[in-house]
Amino acid sequence: MANVHSADTAHDDHHDEPAKGIKRWLFATNHKDIGTMYLVFSLIMFFIGGAMAMVIRAELFKPGLQLVQPEFFNQMTTNHALIMIFGAVMPAFVGLANWMIPIQIGAPDMALPRMNNFSFWILPFAFALLLSTLFVPGGAAAGGWTLYPPLSLQTGDAFPMIIFAIHMLGASSIMGAINVIVTIMNMRAPGMNLLKMPMFCWSWLITAYLLIAVMPVLAGAVTMLLTDHYFKTSFFNAAGGGDPVMFEHIFWFFGHPEVYIMILPAFGIISEILPTFSRKPLFGATSMIYAIASIAFLSFIVWGHHMFVDGMPLAAQLFYMMSTMLIAVPTGVKVFNWTATMWKGSLSFEPPMLFALSFLFLFTIGGFSGVMLAIVPVDFQYNQTYFVVAHFHYVLVPGAVFAIMAAVYYWLPKWTGHMYSMSLAKWHFWLSTIFVNVLFFPQHFLGLAGMPRRIPDYAVQFTDWNMVSSIGGFGFGLSQILFAIIVVQCARGGAKASSLVWDGARPVGLEWTLPSPAPYHSFTTAPNIE
Amino acid sequence: MRFIRGEGGHSIPRPRRVGSAAALAIAALGYAAASGAKNTSNGYNLPPGVTDLSRDMYALHMEVFWICVGIAVVVFGAMIYSLLKFRKSQGAVPDTTMIHSTKVEVIWTIIPVVILVVMAIPAAELILKMEDSRNSGLSIRVTGYQWKWEYQYMDAAEGIDFFSTLARPSNFARQLHSGVDPNKVDNYLLEVDKPMVIPSGTKVRLLLTSQDVIHAWWVPDFGAKRSVIPGYVNELWFKVDAGKEGTYQGQCAALCGRDHGFMPVVVTVLTPDDFQKWVAEQKAALKQPAAAGQESPAAPAQPPRTAQVALQ
Repeated sequence: MANVHSADTAHDDHHDEPAKGIKRWLFATNHKDIGTMYLVFSLIMFFIGGAMAMVIRAELFKPGLQLVQPEFFNQMTTNHALIMIFGAVMPAFVGLANWMIPIQIGAPDMALPRMNNFSFWILPFAFALLLSTLFVPGGAAAGGWTLYPPLSLQTGDAFPMIIFAIHMLGASSIMGAINVIVTIMNMRAPGMNLLKMPMFCWSWLITAYLLIAVMPVLAGAVTMLLTDHYFKTSFFNAAGGGDPVMFEHIFWFFGHPEVYIMILPAFGIISEILPTFSRKPLFGATSMIYAIASIAFLSFIVWGHHMFVDGMPLAAQLFYMMSTMLIAVPTGVKVFNWTATMWKGSLSFEPPMLFALSFLFLFTIGGFSGVMLAIVPVDFQYNQTYFVVAHFHYVLVPGAVFAIMAAVYYWLPKWTGHMYSMSLAKWHFWLSTIFVNVLFFPQHFLGLAGMPRRIPDYAVQFTDWNMVSSIGGFGFGLSQILFAIIVVQCARGGAKASSLVWDGARPVGLEWTLPSPAPYHSFTTAPNIE
Repeated sequence: MRFIRGEGGHSIPRPRRVGSAAALAIAALGYAAASGAKNTSNGYNLPPGVTDLSRDMYALHMEVFWICVGIAVVVFGAMIYSLLKFRKSQGAVPDTTMIHSTKVEVIWTIIPVVILVVMAIPAAELILKMEDSRNSGLSIRVTGYQWKWEYQYMDAAEGIDFFSTLARPSNFARQLHSGVDPNKVDNYLLEVDKPMVIPSGTKVRLLLTSQDVIHAWWVPDFGAKRSVIPGYVNELWFKVDAGKEGTYQGQCAALCGRDHGFMPVVVTVLTPDDFQKWVAEQKAALKQPAAAGQESPAAPAQPPRTAQVALQ
């Protein structure tokens, strides 16, 4: 992405060409530069979080402790989650939003470019702080990413650092979300009414509202933890009249919408890619938008399903079970519409399509285990086991992460102006898809057979499936190095990409009307949409 | 079902030898039973278990699973058919007019709703059953600590109070670089010094709370899991079938710090008669304060309040 296109049209306010050297990135206000930084940052975090996952899988390769102490293991699980959620998946989606939203709606840039710069540059500092906790007395957070008190209050010197890092991440996310909303609401090209807007923009618009709604809730929850720890409050301290379960309620009121923050933009991406490679418009586009909106609404009223085993009134158990099951309806509509999009299409299987298809199958498997988890009586058996781990990794890895990779493979030629190596990308696809299943499918068996999650060592009857899962883990981890190689190669050079890139790309997607690479200021004059 | 009433009237099996014989007997019981531990999971599915509730959960799990498989066959079938049939490489021509159909969209909104209702009804019935903890025959107060369990018996077994921690062989083997092969340790990580003991055929009610952080008490074969939360008393019940006596194992199911993976839950199920004998032995041991100091490693230090209960 070092490749820079100089726009032809003169423009008074902005530089037509980016500044040279480090200033281009430090003082970046251009949506493409910031999007690139977000994506590169996300990839780095993906490898750091992935390295932690490798430690976890290596320790779990066989029973007995071979490599790390239990406390360090717990630090790995906790920080793997925090880094993958806040460092890898969310910034990747923000990076894609930065790159694609202005282009897709026919705008020159994001609406608030300086805030855009700020919201990105918070992240390296937040994660430097978070990662530095690995080296402070008492070690990094080890109480799980959910930070449940009283356990999280036993964290050592890392405690205030983690909370400050979470505050910074929250601020960054909220600014990113505001920017998306303002851009979409104000900067659409004439004629681009909301219903004509591409699905990726729609999914991000709704996601942005979710972010603004729930990030302050997380900030409040962790601030209460902070005052409980240092200022003698008793929000969550039972001995002082507080309530540890209240934290769980507040956390999951944030946490469940957060889960959809990580999947709704993926829905948008898949809704862009499947029609392109099926050479057929998205089936039921309007109902797709309603489905996303319904899922977003439901996400606010299902949080109790994380807490069934904590003891809950009968009526609440029934309510949370029903509302959670209801999510399967709009999600089902989306899967059916995607299938109908391929039906009677003319399918070709380039790397973005392959990842999108993998998403379609494997996310659906995660959806099935999700329905099973919603059923309260059996959730008592699944809860806190590897079945849950398998479920959420199925929706997050072949779900969110594969969608991000599909998006990168889909738009990379538009960003760089070069085609990447199709054969390497197909290798990356097959290796990822095979290993991700070897990695996560056996975890269903482990959970059902009774293996709790978040344990560094296990009873010997769980050995076989853990070995299989670890082998899958190492394979998946190594395969991702290929992804980095493909992306770097493509940024440096390669066959010239046409403006349409994919022959199936519909002319209605504005990004395909721009040359590849897209000019530095996407649309200096608004395109006319009929 | 309160068969353990009238403790005074029953003949108390006397320790065959003086001193810590009772404690040794208990230890022997614990270890012997643990080495014959039962686990009804086949290694890749939920255990059908040995209680009414666990069997109902298993049945519901399988019902929901097969419904999901059925849906998967239809949905994945349609996807795979499209992948095979509508390939550009085989000259498929896209039908670009097929972009919307209110009729099919309504159908595939309503069908899932119906399927969900079908799943929700038996689930709701089972929730009602699980929540009904009335008429229990024995209550035990379970307290979670980092990283052990305390079991305080109530009702007719009142006064019995002990801690349950990871057994020494496992605890030695699980240390980093211990050099011990876990496969050579009996019930590695799933054995305790002193298991909870309950009678079969009896509705056992647990009252769970924690002294420090949140834990979760779980025995998969009983279909029994509940969080153990400071400041809360949670309730849980199970009734092990008569004839299914044996030792059942589980683990703490909520991350509770460093040794979360090392606080197993082990329950020995005895016939009601044997359970009564066990209760009597325990009470006899409690009434011999002189023996307390010499107890075997199987009986860890008792908290002070146990002595008070014993005196009452």
